[in-house]
Amino acid sequence: MAETAIKQEQAEMQKVAGPWKEAWRGFRKSKVAVVGMGIVIFFILLAIFGPLLTPQGINEQNLSQRLMPPSSSNWMGTDDFGRDILSRVVYGARISLWVGFLAVIGSVVVGSILGILAGYYGRWVDTIISRIFDIMLAFPSILLAIAVVSVLGPSLRNALIAIAIINVPNFGRLIRSKVLSIKEDEYIMSAKAIGMKDNRILVSHILPNSMAPVIVQGTLAIATAIIEAAALGFLGLGAQAPSPEWGKMLADSRSYLTNAPWTMIFPGVAIMLTVLGFNLMGDGLRDALDPRMKS
Amino acid sequence: MLHYIGRRLLQLIPVLLGMTFIVFMIIRAIPGDPAQVILGQQASEEAIKALRTNLGLDNPWYIQYFDYLKGLVTGDLGESLRTRTPVVDEVWPYLAATIELSLFAIIIAVIIGINAVIISAWFQNSWFDYLAMIIALIGVSMPIFWLGLMNQWIFSIELGILPTTGRENVRDPVDVITGFYVIDTLIAGDFNQLSTVLKHLVLPGTALATIPMAIIARMTRSSMLEVMRSDYVRTARSKGLSMFWVVYKHALKNAIIPVLTIIGLQMGLLLGGAILTETIFGWPGIGRYIYEAIGFRDYPVIQSGILIVAFIFVMINLFVDLLYGLVDPRIKYD
Repeated sequence: MAETAIKQEQAEMQKVAGPWKEAWRGFRKSKVAVVGMGIVIFFILLAIFGPLLTPQGINEQNLSQRLMPPSSSNWMGTDDFGRDILSRVVYGARISLWVGFLAVIGSVVVGSILGILAGYYGRWVDTIISRIFDIMLAFPSILLAIAVVSVLGPSLRNALIAIAIINVPNFGRLIRSKVLSIKEDEYIMSAKAIGMKDNRILVSHILPNSMAPVIVQGTLAIATAIIEAAALGFLGLGAQAPSPEWGKMLADSRSYLTNAPWTMIFPGVAIMLTVLGFNLMGDGLRDALDPRMKS
Repeated sequence: MLHYIGRRLLQLIPVLLGMTFIVFMIIRAIPGDPAQVILGQQASEEAIKALRTNLGLDNPWYIQYFDYLKGLVTGDLGESLRTRTPVVDEVWPYLAATIELSLFAIIIAVIIGINAVIISAWFQNSWFDYLAMIIALIGVSMPIFWLGLMNQWIFSIELGILPTTGRENVRDPVDVITGFYVIDTLIAGDFNQLSTVLKHLVLPGTALATIPMAIIARMTRSSMLEVMRSDYVRTARSKGLSMFWVVYKHALKNAIIPVLTIIGLQMGLLLGGAILTETIFGWPGIGRYIYEAIGFRDYPVIQSGILIVAFIFVMINLFVDLLYGLVDPRIKYD
């Protein structure tokens, strides 16, 4: 009798899904979010395997085929050096996603460290860090990125660093506010009461419990980072020739708007779709992971 | 209210000081000798020395910063290395061009964005509602520089109905009085010129307006829907007031507060986006001024340009905060 009761209880417990499973269930409910995830997965696969499948090398020039319109041999046409635009757009996915992910990881790591320090230790640590965030947020973000690149010099790597820097305060503030609310929770009090050290509390309790909003914000931030990197590339402050970075490709297309608009259309569509994918996925994640943030 | 404004202005001081410090650091953070980097490898020893003295690079950094602040307070924004003109003397026409473009863009964004939301909320779950929300979703993901190029291609090159670049017809220049060409042509009473100026504003203005418009539409939809379902709207309807009147007189007033916040936040995006839009459309604004300065390593202009834009951004946010109280009397400033 008692055994059946225990078994029943175990079965019940198995039925109660973990928070991640529950979030996944919520996420799947939103068709738009699933479409967004589909787009993101498509571009990730394109970034990984695409360059192996492209019809031509990214810098393979064919001057007799300059500025040819889309055709069966060049699906997206060719640019002013006779390079295949499809091959370059596909390779561009690798650059944009790489920059997007790395820049956001950089901002999350630095933002988390600063946010946790500010939120957990409070007092002057909090004052200093929060004021730095305030000041950084007082600049329009792309302007701050331009300032950083104008000092470091134009290159894709420096654009990535600039984008990572300008996004730090967004994550820092988010984590700080999360830490402030978590640190008053009972389980943190009990951890303190049994003599657990600060750094262990921070790493094994506070950090994992602050992650949900960071994942949401991170997904949306990848979208912004991709646009910012393309914007810097477009201004000539990011990736340099002959890199097939989407923003740089758009900048190069400006001279051929009249006779070869396809050089401008396809890189732009690629940026828009990737960003749309991350935005849709981010919105879905927000609704699934953090119902309070639901608009 | 006055007390609140005073407190907010006091709170601004550390932020403004921090901003000036970051901007001050732009030159100092250049790896190597900034004077050498600015003038290039071919520069003579004397030229480098002169620039070092001019930029005050020989003093300790805190003295340099103090001098820089002292200059700012007295209106000295430095001198352009390229044109040898004080920044403060040459910046206004650029700034006016950007302000005119941004205001035009925000007006388009607010008018179209809010009306789209009203119609969407009015006919919730209709095809218009879905279409508007899909467009808004795509609008948020649109790279502004691509949209600008598409605008240029479709409306200037293919259809030939709007000018590609610039702010005015160069053969018939506007007599500059205020720097805002719409106002200047109105003062002159020249409606032909006014029409040309407005035509030049359309493409960069709509490109710049798209993202704020999409964000306004997405963010205000829920607050508008909430208001439309509220009791007082139902009461107004049952009193026999027309739907149009109810929406524009009653509902809009209450749904506008979140829109204000968004407009405040969007100004940063708008000012940042202006740099990209101005580059595409050859718009002689502050974004282009900074952008060209980067090409010439004209650091005093880069510094002051960034500082001016950031200052405007901060002031707009303060202004929006204060505006809440006027729009929503429930908000009290204590």
